[in-house]
Amino acid sequence: MMAKTMTSITSTSLFIRRNKASLSTLFFLVVMMTCFLIANPKVFTNAAIYNAVFITLPVAIFLVVPLVFTVTGGEIDLSFPSNMAMASWVFSLLIQKGMPPVLGLIVAIGVGMGIGVIIGLIVVYGHLSSLVCTLGFNFFLRGFIMILTEGRSITVLEVQDGLFHNVLAGTFLGLPAQMGWALLFTLICVLVFNRHCYGVRVRCVGDNPQSAEQMGINVNRVRISFFIFVGLGASLAGVFSVLINFSWWPTTGDGYLLTALASVFVGGTPTWGGVGTVVGGALGATIVSFMETGVVAAGLTGFYVQFFKGLIIILSLLAHRYSSKRYR
Amino acid sequence: MKSPIITLQDISKSFGNVYALDGVSLQVKAGEVVGLIGDNGAGKSTLIKILAGVYTPDSGAIRLKDQPVTDWNASRSRQSGIETVFQDRALVVQQTIVRNIFMGRETAGSSASLLSRLGFIDHKSQYAEAERLMRDIGFTSEVFTPDSIVGTLSGGERQGVAIARALYFDAELIILDEPTTALSLTETEKVFSFVRNVKASGRSVVFIGHNIYHVFGIADRFVVLDRGKVVLECTKEDYQTPEELIGFMQQVAQSEGGTPSGSSEE
Repeated sequence: MMAKTMTSITSTSLFIRRNKASLSTLFFLVVMMTCFLIANPKVFTNAAIYNAVFITLPVAIFLVVPLVFTVTGGEIDLSFPSNMAMASWVFSLLIQKGMPPVLGLIVAIGVGMGIGVIIGLIVVYGHLSSLVCTLGFNFFLRGFIMILTEGRSITVLEVQDGLFHNVLAGTFLGLPAQMGWALLFTLICVLVFNRHCYGVRVRCVGDNPQSAEQMGINVNRVRISFFIFVGLGASLAGVFSVLINFSWWPTTGDGYLLTALASVFVGGTPTWGGVGTVVGGALGATIVSFMETGVVAAGLTGFYVQFFKGLIIILSLLAHRYSSKRYR
Repeated sequence: MKSPIITLQDISKSFGNVYALDGVSLQVKAGEVVGLIGDNGAGKSTLIKILAGVYTPDSGAIRLKDQPVTDWNASRSRQSGIETVFQDRALVVQQTIVRNIFMGRETAGSSASLLSRLGFIDHKSQYAEAERLMRDIGFTSEVFTPDSIVGTLSGGERQGVAIARALYFDAELIILDEPTTALSLTETEKVFSFVRNVKASGRSVVFIGHNIYHVFGIADRFVVLDRGKVVLECTKEDYQTPEELIGFMQQVAQSEGGTPSGSSEE
């Protein structure tokens, strides 16, 4: 009896120790939501506000989760907003031309991942800083879109009420269906990150690329895969964004650059590589999304949004810094 | 005559315009301990990294059990039964001991289930394997488990992890690059007894050290490198005491680039 309690205590403490980053992010989310609940109980006991956030939160999750892999692997990708626009642009054009949306989705994913391949090859074999190179690509691709579309948006009403739309972005059990897809995506990525040899290699490469190489890991291939994975997430985010809004804008994705990055770090993935948390990243995206809606819903004017967003980023970083130690 | 495990023929490697290795040949036979000696900058570590597949030579040939090999790389080297304990230990310090032992071969030690064939890791069985391995080589402690983060371990313990990893995969040849640097006396003795065990089990070892007394005590055969060239290959019959070998090396060092007269055998 005694021994059994002991083991359950140690396994609980082991669980806490291993998941410190994501647990402290969860704690942060709970504290923030409690503050909102106290500030405006009427709004925050009503399902409407949660539904409102869950409509667009999946788009952020598709962007943030692959970025967790990238940052853990010691790289960064700032090209995802434009990549998201490129992939969803192709998707919208194909729908307009009358292509079945499923095919459009597949082509869009191909475009996103293809751009990732190009960026990855240039960063790795050109020996470039991924920070600067992907920043350049973000401008370059956006510029490409602007030149060709001359700033015109595309309306994609064709998908409305279709099976494709209803399965991916309809309503399921009263909740936006895309939330289910985002959760499934997160779950698969958690398994890959923690249990699959790819996730382990990402962490080894981010931890010490020389060691990884000496032990026979193909470091270049792993590094290129980060950008392909971000391209996959960006294309999914783009397609979902089009399905939610029934339209595509040349500025699609622009607003996600800093918020998606902030979500990765708010979620508890440190900047130095080697360690990271996918669950934390998804929770970080949730924190940032509720922030934007919550501040206004709590009764403050929109002018307060940036102030509180900044405050929360700084506080969460301090909390993670306090609870985690970097080993060298 | 024992069969060769790996043969390097006329290997050259330069970095920029510095020749790290200039026409070096080396053969390692089954069951022998080769001591590789030489001053700093002699090319020892470069040679090791070529054996381990980390560097590809600019010219020269590699033969594996008398079969010529192409596309030599670190992964290929490990698959061919060569494990290396690198001078920098090649660990990832923010990860657990288990993850370090199975780095580069992440799915090894798992049962042959469908999940492991899909690349998923069987953590439970790897944990048990790592625990057994740590116990076998005597790196045990109440304080750490296979799930401990390597960054929390001492230098000697980290070296233990690197050696455990080299041992796990039943390598035919284990390369140890300066394994006793920064180790305490008892830890050094542990490394030596480990080398003796490996030799007793019929496997080969390439042992690199700058301390000739250490290398002399453990190796059957010596290869002396100087400025990227092999200047001496000998057995304990040729040089019976470490002092003789040291005398030879001093002679090499004084001869400014040229090879001394004693090196012309074979």
